[in-house]
Amino acid sequence: MLTCAKGLAVQRAMQMVVALAEIYEAEGLVPVASAQIAGVSYKNLGDAGLQFLEEWAAQGARVRVPAFMNPAGMDLERWREMGISPQFARQQERVVEALASMGVALTCTCTPYLVGYAPQVGEHLAWSESSAVSFANSVLAARSNREGGPSALAAAITGRTAAYGLHLLENRVATHVVEVHCRVRSEADYGALGYLVGLQVGDGVPYFRLQRQDGLEGPSQEALMALGAAMAASGAVGLYHIEGVTPEAQQGVASGTKLPTIAISDLAEGYAALNSPLDGIDFVSLGCPHSTLADIERIAALLNGKRVRATLWITTSRQVRLLAQRRGLVARIEAAGGKVFADTCLVVAPVKEMGFKAMATNSAKAAFYSPTHSGLQRRFGAMEQCIEAALTGHWPGSAHSPAR
Amino acid sequence: MVRLHGRAIYRGRARGLALVSPVAIGFLGGVDPETGVVIERGHPLYEQCIAGRVLVFPMGKGSTVGSYTLYRLSRRGLAPAAIINARSEAIVAVGAIMAAIPMVDLVDITQIATGDVVEVDGEDVIIG
Repeated sequence: MLTCAKGLAVQRAMQMVVALAEIYEAEGLVPVASAQIAGVSYKNLGDAGLQFLEEWAAQGARVRVPAFMNPAGMDLERWREMGISPQFARQQERVVEALASMGVALTCTCTPYLVGYAPQVGEHLAWSESSAVSFANSVLAARSNREGGPSALAAAITGRTAAYGLHLLENRVATHVVEVHCRVRSEADYGALGYLVGLQVGDGVPYFRLQRQDGLEGPSQEALMALGAAMAASGAVGLYHIEGVTPEAQQGVASGTKLPTIAISDLAEGYAALNSPLDGIDFVSLGCPHSTLADIERIAALLNGKRVRATLWITTSRQVRLLAQRRGLVARIEAAGGKVFADTCLVVAPVKEMGFKAMATNSAKAAFYSPTHSGLQRRFGAMEQCIEAALTGHWPGSAHSPAR
Repeated sequence: MVRLHGRAIYRGRARGLALVSPVAIGFLGGVDPETGVVIERGHPLYEQCIAGRVLVFPMGKGSTVGSYTLYRLSRRGLAPAAIINARSEAIVAVGAIMAAIPMVDLVDITQIATGDVVEVDGEDVIIG
């Protein structure tokens, strides 16, 4: 394929895959079942990225395996309501058009596994959104490295990726044991936990032992999403195990090896690091990773006919938004003054230009990135606290302790 | 004349004056894509222009979006003539391939000094 005349873009894509295989001393190339392409938001790509994608599209590059997009910088239908400029919208549309013409599906979500692109156990993937990589590896037992945007696109075009890192079983065993001695309940708690662990393990593979919690079920899907997203932001974790919960946990600890142990007895340090000392809140953002239907049901119930004072965004995938709409949840949330946007999220939308001052979020990942990516100070806590902040315009109670 | 043998990341042939950095370079936020000038404060190459030079540095650093910066530089005619790394990583390698900049790694970069005339040819680096 390196030399055949399939077009310059295909050749470049193969050169990219081969170069990465050499750099990481891969055991050759493996076919990928799917590719998830990050670097969709025009805010991150800029004109250089747009030009690159249009060049490959013009050269006739096409994906050979199912491939789908990460969130864009705006809701592709309701961008005006978000306060996006027509100039930004036009450039964003060009990015999406270029990718779509190469055959990449317009999922525009960081949760492709919720909308028809769940991998099978053991499948090799080239996914690039860090929270999706973590979920696919850890919860679904598929195998993906944390690809960059261009390398995931190259894998989609060639149908292959370099066999190194998390594609190889020997790299999927734990590098650290995390003994959690405190209660971990809300998705924000899991995010705070993930934030703390990510800082310590870097690109390692943590193995969690969670405290048995009387009367409490194990972590929900939303909790697992929050945990993985946070570790992928504060660290570079692509795979984690939870004893008795995740599918590869049993193989995850190699017998007889003594691993470094991290003891977590309280989450206050995580909450403190992700909270700016703010009282007034003018922007509340939920849905990082993209909200599930269960999240949206909870939000609608918490709003319960009241009226928000702050701007409230719920960001989700187009499909989940449709399901929520059919259940009447979108109408309930929007009647309270909230907005349910699809295709985008706080992290990749150009919120810096929107003039918000102080944000509240239940996402440790969003709280981690917002000061640098969005120029926003923030409060981080459970969904209930965030909704209360949206209703009152003030952050409730003490944020420096985990939700009780 | 010194001939070094490395590994071709993007195979090509180019010749130019070396610009050597003893420390890593981050392209996103580190190099101005409009001018090719290094803008990272405190960097040994601060305020120097990388356009047309044989850029020699140990490895890349920083955001993966840095690959696009290299591409953007090349579209403006401001890319380095060639890149030589001690050990390549994904950001610069992907950027060099996107931008078609000849690139070699796994060579002893301490043998190259700023101002040397350096030629990159496939996996070879010829100094002087």
